[in-house]
Amino acid sequence: MNQNLAYNRVISRPLRWLYLTTTFFLMLTGFGQMPIFKRYYIADIPGLGWLAEFFVTHYIHYLGAIVLLALVTYIMADYFILKRKARRMTASGYIRVALLTGILISGGLLVVRNLTGTNFSPEFIIFLDVTHLGLVMLFLFASLYCLIRKKHWTTER
Amino acid sequence: MAQQISRRSFLKGGMAAAAGVAASSIPGTEALAGPDESKQLATLIDISKCVGCEACVDACSEANAAKYPDPQKPFPKMIPDRVPVEDWSEKRDVNDRLTPYNWLFIQHADVKINGEERELTIPRRCMHCVNPPCVKLCPWGAAKRLENGISRIDSDLCLGGSKCKKVCPWDIPQRQTGTGLYLDIMPSMAGNGVMYKCDRCYQKVAEGELPACIEACPEDVQTIGPREEIIKKAHALAREINGYVYGENENGGTNTIYVSPVPFEELNRSIAKGKGKPHLNPVEDSMARANNLAAAMIIAPVAGIAAAVGKYFIPLFKN
Repeated sequence: MNQNLAYNRVISRPLRWLYLTTTFFLMLTGFGQMPIFKRYYIADIPGLGWLAEFFVTHYIHYLGAIVLLALVTYIMADYFILKRKARRMTASGYIRVALLTGILISGGLLVVRNLTGTNFSPEFIIFLDVTHLGLVMLFLFASLYCLIRKKHWTTER
Repeated sequence: MAQQISRRSFLKGGMAAAAGVAASSIPGTEALAGPDESKQLATLIDISKCVGCEACVDACSEANAAKYPDPQKPFPKMIPDRVPVEDWSEKRDVNDRLTPYNWLFIQHADVKINGEERELTIPRRCMHCVNPPCVKLCPWGAAKRLENGISRIDSDLCLGGSKCKKVCPWDIPQRQTGTGLYLDIMPSMAGNGVMYKCDRCYQKVAEGELPACIEACPEDVQTIGPREEIIKKAHALAREINGYVYGENENGGTNTIYVSPVPFEELNRSIAKGKGKPHLNPVEDSMARANNLAAAMIIAPVAGIAAAVGKYFIPLFKN
């Protein structure tokens, strides 16, 4: 059993911390796209002034998205190649994967929207903005629920 | 017709733009193909022709009066207190700067041309950037960019957070408190009115008409047409008068191209700058830094999959 410990965890501890840090900064900088941190004094806290700088939070959000994309695809590929025989996804795992996929797709389309020369219709942009934020809120609540109820992404077969 | 671009060619451009807007309702590959300069309408402003009569300012006010805010008073108490109330409703006649009730104003610059002292006057309004940060970074999609190069703020959707003003290199949008959607949501806690700026008379342009400021100008200071043509004309004019061009590359390119007989550095030194009075500094492409990371977002998933595949195959090869 101990020999299979690495297989029992779908991701190693350092990757887990990387995932948590990345998603934390993505949420922080994502909410920072709304003009709330200055209004509500968060940016007045020493060391957090950058949260009121929209181009800074935008850039960090992009960096976080790059790390998350690499991490998510690594974990998924690793699971399908190496670990699927030993472990299966739980229902809460499927829900979180679906939400995360939606967040990545809507976020990816917003990145495309921001490129010079792309001109999505205003209605589609509103749809993307609301979808991205809505899915993030759902993902946040789902993650908190799973943390409190100790629900794992995968379980032994 | 005095404008260099004829009404016929302007109508053609307008129809092409309208067709483009209709075609862009669903993002497709054509939307990713890069800027189609034939659809974008740009304006050329020949500063040497402007006499500062303010006919454009008056025409702008008249044409857009129906769009101006009519705020409800008293304003909701703002939480926290430091959220600034911005009220221009008692100062609607202010026309020496940008306000929610004045989307175009004239800047004055005292310069020397061939050793002769001269006052130049410069119509200032939204530059209508090719990749406008006000539109692209608006968190709600309240700021919109039309395929014909117009960027405008939808006063029915804007919550007045003023992010568009902060990310605009020229601080163009101006806020009026006490109006708009925020009053129906959480007026004390979120939002603070509506942001206003030049929309280049988008309704008139959609019908093939000229923006009011261009139509009213007695000196034909402004010319409107497809961006590519306008840039060629701007450079030809600059060569002719031994002048300078501003707006072609500022913030990655704009749809407002100024041509001046003196360097813009000199104009910028002379004009009054400050709140509601934009500068004429060179401006870097504010969206470029983040957009340069977009390629890495395509590489990232490939790298992730490659790492997992490598983790599986490398031990097999070693064995």
